[in-house]
Amino acid sequence: MSRSATRRDPGWMVNALIVVSVIYFALVLLLPLGTVFAEALRKGLGAYLAAIADPEAQSAIWLTLIVTAIAVPLNTAFGVAAAWAVTKFEFWGKNALVTLIDLPFSISPVISGLVFVLLYGAHGWFGALLDNYNVQIIFTVTALVLATTLVTLPFVARELIPLMQSQGADEEAAAVTLGAGAWRTLFFVTLPNIRWALMYGVLLCTARAMGEFGAVSVVSGHIRGQTATMPLQIEILYNEYNSVAAFSLASLLAFFALVTLAIKTALEARFADDLAAQRLR
Amino acid sequence: MLPGFGPALGFTLLYLSFFVLIPLAALVLRPWEAGFGHFWAVISDARTLDALRLSFGASFIAASINAVFGTIVAWVLVRYDFPARRLLDALVDLPFALPTAVAGIALAAIYAPNGIIGSLFAPMGVRIAYTPLGVMIALIFVGFPFMVRSIQPVLEDLDLEAEEAAATLGANRLRTIWQIVLPAIAPAILAGFSLALARAVGEYGSVIFIAGNIPNVSEIAPLLIVIRLDEFDYAGAAAVGFVMLSISFLLLLALNTLQDFISRRGRS
Repeated sequence: MSRSATRRDPGWMVNALIVVSVIYFALVLLLPLGTVFAEALRKGLGAYLAAIADPEAQSAIWLTLIVTAIAVPLNTAFGVAAAWAVTKFEFWGKNALVTLIDLPFSISPVISGLVFVLLYGAHGWFGALLDNYNVQIIFTVTALVLATTLVTLPFVARELIPLMQSQGADEEAAAVTLGAGAWRTLFFVTLPNIRWALMYGVLLCTARAMGEFGAVSVVSGHIRGQTATMPLQIEILYNEYNSVAAFSLASLLAFFALVTLAIKTALEARFADDLAAQRLR
Repeated sequence: MLPGFGPALGFTLLYLSFFVLIPLAALVLRPWEAGFGHFWAVISDARTLDALRLSFGASFIAASINAVFGTIVAWVLVRYDFPARRLLDALVDLPFALPTAVAGIALAAIYAPNGIIGSLFAPMGVRIAYTPLGVMIALIFVGFPFMVRSIQPVLEDLDLEAEEAAATLGANRLRTIWQIVLPAIAPAILAGFSLALARAVGEYGSVIFIAGNIPNVSEIAPLLIVIRLDEFDYAGAAAVGFVMLSISFLLLLALNTLQDFISRRGRS
């Protein structure tokens, strides 16, 4: 219905605004995206493939997948548990809890890395203690996981909470009355009801986890082949003026970003009702 | 009564304590450990002040530019039909999906003196990359989706009757948009502005490659945190982080209050 407004706006205005929008899109979004692929292929397909086959690049890809494979399931379990507690029960301090869950979104990624150095770094609160037991956290994969988990913590929870709020607890109550246990209720009643929102949250969480830069940059130490995830390896290569290699790795992440957008758009189109509650981010 | 309340809430609280509460406690408490004198010395240092001014200033300008063009884009996407509209709509979220480091090196390549756009301005003596201008460009990229996605749903739900009534009463289209539509979406514009600003202030990955990171000139506050950490000045790093977060918080509080005020005035 709203598109009938095209007819009411003067033709020059419609055209002018569309042109302005398309130019803004091209300049702000499409140009950077195109540049990634153009720069990656600047020295030909051979150089591109060689850059990706490089052992350090391969280890960066693996590390990114490992960190993502730990952080995302953690935050998924957290998201389901938090949404279950917040939406199926009444308790004091609920609003504060929801605010706290959203908090990591409003913190600079650099601060999300910094806080773990303040805790576990050489001069951290628990630094001496960890040193006694010969445990190192900062500059290891553990730190990468901690920082990534903090940055991506709200994604699944904030997708589930509005949906489960609107669904209420009637179906679960019926299942329990009929003799189903807690796990059975969760797996056979709740999860099927929230599966698309869950998938949506996991998708956004995964995309962010794979691309996280600021937070992991602070805790990683940039040890090549050991604690350099894909974004960090891109930084290392770029700073060494190895532009083709940097953009080659970047093109993999850019491709993944486009796939993410495609799945996200498809989910939004098909399951609008489940996802409408939270479209931002 | 449903089962699972204890375990679910227990796990949630434990998880939040480990990942959010205890880490943030360190951020709030550690700036003071070397004494208030050290805290003040770090904060009042010209380099810190310049970095904070750049971070907040460039974020503010970038969010303002996005407020204008984001509103136009949202309007066009909601109200007009044209080829590739759906594709553009899906692409709005690109800055959310594209890793910041990837955006960062792409922007640096585009706006460097030998880049596609940088080379257009270089002969005029205008440098974009490695100046505060470059910082602003990166923050425009980062903030764009917040603006569009805040305004879009409000425009979609907007009651067309008021617009039609104004037209019937003889108001021309531009006047209707200016006096009817714009006030109605003003709170959404402000909400998008706040989100874009908050994100831009803390932004790191997309900025550092194009910024050039010259102390006192194009060095952003988050980078200064990293530099202080590299010097093992934990208290200093925490101090910069703490002040950055405090200013953001106060700014958002002020913007939210303003937003409440505007939407209440719009309703009465």
